[in-house]
Amino acid sequence: MTRENLFNWALALALLAVPLWANAMDEPFIITLATKVAILALAGVGLNIALGIGGLVSLGHAAFFGIGGYAMGILAAHAQNYEPLMEVPFLIEGTNQMPVIWLVATVASALVALVIGALSLRTSGVYFIMITLAFGQMLYYFAISWSAYGGEDGLSIWVRNEFPGLNTLDPIQFFMIAYVILCLVLVFSARLGRSPFGLALAAARQTEERVMTVGLTPFHLRLVAFVISGAITGLAGALYADLNRFVSPTMLSWHTSGEIMVFVIIGGVGRLFGPVVGAAVYILLEHLLGGISEYWQIFLGLLLLLMVLFARGGLIGALTGREVAHD
Amino acid sequence: MTDPRTNAVLQVEGISKSFGALKASDNVSIDLRPGEIHALIGPNGAGKSTLIKQISGSLRPDTGRIEVLGRDVTELDTVARARLGLGRTFQISSLAMEFTVLQNVVLGALGAQGRVFSFFRNVMKDKTLLEPARRALERVGLQDEAQRRTADLSHGQRRQLEVAVALTLNPKLFLMDEPMAGLGASGSKTLTGFLDELRHEAPILLVEHDMDAVFALADRISVLVYGAVIATGTADEIRANPEVRRAYLGEEDAA
Repeated sequence: MTRENLFNWALALALLAVPLWANAMDEPFIITLATKVAILALAGVGLNIALGIGGLVSLGHAAFFGIGGYAMGILAAHAQNYEPLMEVPFLIEGTNQMPVIWLVATVASALVALVIGALSLRTSGVYFIMITLAFGQMLYYFAISWSAYGGEDGLSIWVRNEFPGLNTLDPIQFFMIAYVILCLVLVFSARLGRSPFGLALAAARQTEERVMTVGLTPFHLRLVAFVISGAITGLAGALYADLNRFVSPTMLSWHTSGEIMVFVIIGGVGRLFGPVVGAAVYILLEHLLGGISEYWQIFLGLLLLLMVLFARGGLIGALTGREVAHD
Repeated sequence: MTDPRTNAVLQVEGISKSFGALKASDNVSIDLRPGEIHALIGPNGAGKSTLIKQISGSLRPDTGRIEVLGRDVTELDTVARARLGLGRTFQISSLAMEFTVLQNVVLGALGAQGRVFSFFRNVMKDKTLLEPARRALERVGLQDEAQRRTADLSHGQRRQLEVAVALTLNPKLFLMDEPMAGLGASGSKTLTGFLDELRHEAPILLVEHDMDAVFALADRISVLVYGAVIATGTADEIRANPEVRRAYLGEEDAA
């Protein structure tokens, strides 16, 4: 087992052990922090597929995070008010069942990612960054002006949505839901990285011309990667909204896109557990330094600067060395 | 079938390409027949790279037409032409530098196989990809370097790998842009011997500066000057052609 694998397992266990310990000590706040780490990490794992493997610097992933959030908010709001979403031509009702909400969040973000990707992947470099940013901001302002669903104030849900057989209001049980999803998506992401698709996508990042010369179309590879990436971040958005029982346009703002990207960069771009490390460090800093100073993000900025200047593999790269090419 | 032109693998007919006032390709016609090496030579700036780009599909000609295996490919892009059997090696190595040597050839095999939208299969354990990939490495003599990072290869080894990737595609014709560039004397000799055999599998359109290699290998040579083909013929015919001597070989001798 490589050092990085060992590190990943240790991290996965730590993320499980801390909330279990907190549960035994009756510290629900710490469980909530761990849940937040798991969910934000999931959003980062989504971005990492586009950014890490495909080299697609998307500054619009808040769009998917927010769409996932609003999928939860809208479905749950209709369910709690006993108002169907629509009656004509056929009846669609809201729901408070998490699996349905996740499905809707994932599919909706995938579809939007398909549209945004199809348009923005025709550009590259700075133009790609700007176009994804523009799409994100478009959705942000749309949400602000969408008064039916709270506009600027967002949507609150009174009771957390349900999962068959579990009490989702119990912090540790909701944590376990988020944790298991994160683990499943990490397994998927690891396999994707080693798959034929992963190889071709990584090749397209390094040498587009070569990929075309062997008869593969980089645009198709990137579009599929962007859709998968958006769908995962959308799923994270639905969980995040459920954690807070609240969704607002903030989830769609470019700050959110930046934060998701910061998780990936701090942890290590293209590293499987990079987003997990990044999200954990972010939440820890916010929690520890946030109490001392409102301007705690100065320290985050400093850390980010150090990572970018000295450790191109992020914290994971600094701790476990250069990525070992898999055989 | 008596006319060799009718079964040419590659047929370039009167293509022209201008960049502003500069005529990079001026009514160029060239063909590649089964079993031959057709060398394309010419001084720097003669338009060799522009011509190669138009044949491979990364640049569209202003006029004229290009046929591969009797099929008009003028409007097809690089990907479609690669699928038709056009195997290209690059002048400036365009390998995936972060990959291992083996991963680079597996990418070629994957392109030939086409089953790229597969998300769970471990690509480096897939025998249907590994076998052709390893075979290609053996053929160019890189089998012992399979697990090395491509970025750590020597310049000459990268050129060998370029050829190996093209081999995994089982192309119907090769388009090689200066495969000898930067190779030492012995490396150049090895590759010359290899290309000599390879032509029987698929003909090669060879752009090359190494005149020893060109005159040793080529069945036919075309000379490109200021975007136009001024002569096509056997090595002896080209050596004897006064226009070629004046435009090109003379400069070489003087240098």
